[in-house]
Amino acid sequence: MANAPPKVGLFVTCLADLIRPRTAFAALTLLRRAGCEVEAPAQQTCCGQPAYNSGDRGDAERIARNVIRTFEGYDYVVAPSGSCMGMIKLHYPELFADDPAWRGRAEALAAKGFELTSFLVDVLRYRPQGIALAARATYHDTCSGLRELGVLRQPRALLADVKGLELTPLPDGEACCGFGGTFCVKYPAISNAIVDEKAGHIEATKADLLLGGDLGCLMNMAGKLHRRGARIRAFHVAEIIAGMGDGPAIGEEP
Amino acid sequence: MSLVGADRFKSRAAAALADANLKLAIDRTTRTARAKREAAVADWPGFSKARDLGRRIKDHVIENLDHYLVEFERNAVASGAIVHYAASAGEACEIVIRICREADAQTITRSKSMLGEEIGLPHALDAAGLTRIETDLAEHIVQLSNDRPSHIIWPALHHTREDIAALFREHHHTPQNSDDVAGMVASARRQLRAGFLGADVGISGANFLIADSGAICTVTNEGNAELTTTIPRVHIVTAGIEKLVPSLTHAFILLRLLVRSATGADITQYTTFHCGPKRTGDRDGPEAFHIVLVDNGRTRMLAEGLGEMLRCLRCGACMNHCVVYNEIGGHAYGGVYPGPMGAVLTPVLDGLEKSRDLAHACTLNGRCQEVCPVDIPLPAMLRGWRDKSWAQGLEPNTQRGMIGLWAFAAARPDLYRFGTRLAMRAVRLFANGGWIEKLPLAAGWTRYRDFPKPAARTFFEQYQAQKRRPNA
Repeated sequence: MANAPPKVGLFVTCLADLIRPRTAFAALTLLRRAGCEVEAPAQQTCCGQPAYNSGDRGDAERIARNVIRTFEGYDYVVAPSGSCMGMIKLHYPELFADDPAWRGRAEALAAKGFELTSFLVDVLRYRPQGIALAARATYHDTCSGLRELGVLRQPRALLADVKGLELTPLPDGEACCGFGGTFCVKYPAISNAIVDEKAGHIEATKADLLLGGDLGCLMNMAGKLHRRGARIRAFHVAEIIAGMGDGPAIGEEP
Repeated sequence: MSLVGADRFKSRAAAALADANLKLAIDRTTRTARAKREAAVADWPGFSKARDLGRRIKDHVIENLDHYLVEFERNAVASGAIVHYAASAGEACEIVIRICREADAQTITRSKSMLGEEIGLPHALDAAGLTRIETDLAEHIVQLSNDRPSHIIWPALHHTREDIAALFREHHHTPQNSDDVAGMVASARRQLRAGFLGADVGISGANFLIADSGAICTVTNEGNAELTTTIPRVHIVTAGIEKLVPSLTHAFILLRLLVRSATGADITQYTTFHCGPKRTGDRDGPEAFHIVLVDNGRTRMLAEGLGEMLRCLRCGACMNHCVVYNEIGGHAYGGVYPGPMGAVLTPVLDGLEKSRDLAHACTLNGRCQEVCPVDIPLPAMLRGWRDKSWAQGLEPNTQRGMIGLWAFAAARPDLYRFGTRLAMRAVRLFANGGWIEKLPLAAGWTRYRDFPKPAARTFFEQYQAQKRRPNA
């Protein structure tokens, strides 16, 4: 690292902002511990995926321009989500491919955008210290992070430094959980069949905790596990490596 | 040509989801397929290089279709074949039926061909009063049960072996034991043998059209294509024009990718090259060899930016690995081609208005592209159909309204903060403990799963309050 700490803009994600602020606070904590100067600029809202994936390119572009403007002054933009970061890194440049005024700006943002665990491991070489949690966990690789950004070993590398945490593999782990953003409300019955199968696999691991890197997928799986009466608790991976694993899980907010 | 139409997707999907026997049948086949493909790919250190090469071969042919079509036709004609061009499904069927009539054919054997399904050939042959015998084991099952293929590699995937035993008992008039698969296969063989020997015309598809020799290649595991194409007096090939490859060398590269991706085997039991009719001195082969080259929307796909879909080898890996296909099976899609590749193709064949659901009934998880042997960007292409559907005003008004309202706020940060804060306060009122069991406007979610109670204050409320405190 250079002498000056890297200036990081945290892309909070709408789900962390509205449903699960603990995930965003965990991200802030981790980035500070890793030596960054970090802030969450207040002009951000959402990455625009609901519009983009619905075919509404006009609105997706408007929202993307707001994100691009908001984060232009930072050295890096980091999100605790593979899905939102996949949108910024891969799809913003696609959105503006034919727009000479914005294409360069979208590509510049994409180049400095990182999913949280890959930023911590690949860029900052961060290793959690003094974090302990006696539990058995299973990890779901969320699809956008896995396939769009190659996030696979980074969260596992970070979790390996959490003392007492045992990671047990999730069978058929490469299969999607059935969330799919707007998919889960447009085709609820199909989404349910998929997440029901996923929940069965999660329960079969006999893990205490379900971990993952995307709140949408985690809420989908945790919500299904709870409806099925399973006692497995779900956390965003950032919370565990920030030492917040003793706090309320998803669905335990006071 | 679609037999049922791709509209009413949701009701077909609901029926499929309620059918436990269907889920059992799907899982039995696709689980094995996934495991075998994974092992085959792991066993092949050069897989990703071959995949890249395969993609480039297909792209090269697609960019030079005119050149390879002319070369293929010239060489096929020189070998004694008769080459026909069909612009549409209807034209292709007319050509085939005309050839059958001119040959004074009564009985026709057909080996499995998805192009044949696409152009509606089985139906057209029946309607023309010709006796059609499906010789592929799975197509035999589909014919007996009077339904449609639900998978492009295993057309009868939706039937369990127990279903098939019952079907054979009824139609073969012999006892069947569902635990004795070999016995059931032997029963089908006995049933089909007479048909093979007595057919006047054999119709096959083609996995590859080889430009520099005019030969066509078929791959099967049952040998039925060989009996279909060598015994009858006339052999008719129906093939999409995207099946062209420059040479045998190129065909072999694609063959390795195709077979491993489809079944996980190194090679199919039968890989046969057919070049021209029976020559003087040949011991067998057809007296006449016709090749019907079918466009049916393919050149339009090229013109409309869907050219990448023409790479498709029809291996079925995308549907084997699709979470949606694995829950609803192939029939629910409503088109000839199911799964991710079908969701891209059906709007071309049946129109977007009838099939817009297919592009949306996808989680965009990307696994289909990952396992595609020629790297077709299926998720991006499905998103492309969503863009078109939105632009053409085919999306329901409620959805447009919801997205529009949310997007209006998301482009105005102050309004967004204010609005979402209020909304979360309201959502919290529905919580019972940490969970919400029933949430208005989110019934799709809470019908099947609980929704986590949002935190008492949003991240930005807490963060801005901290920033205002000097010692925070």
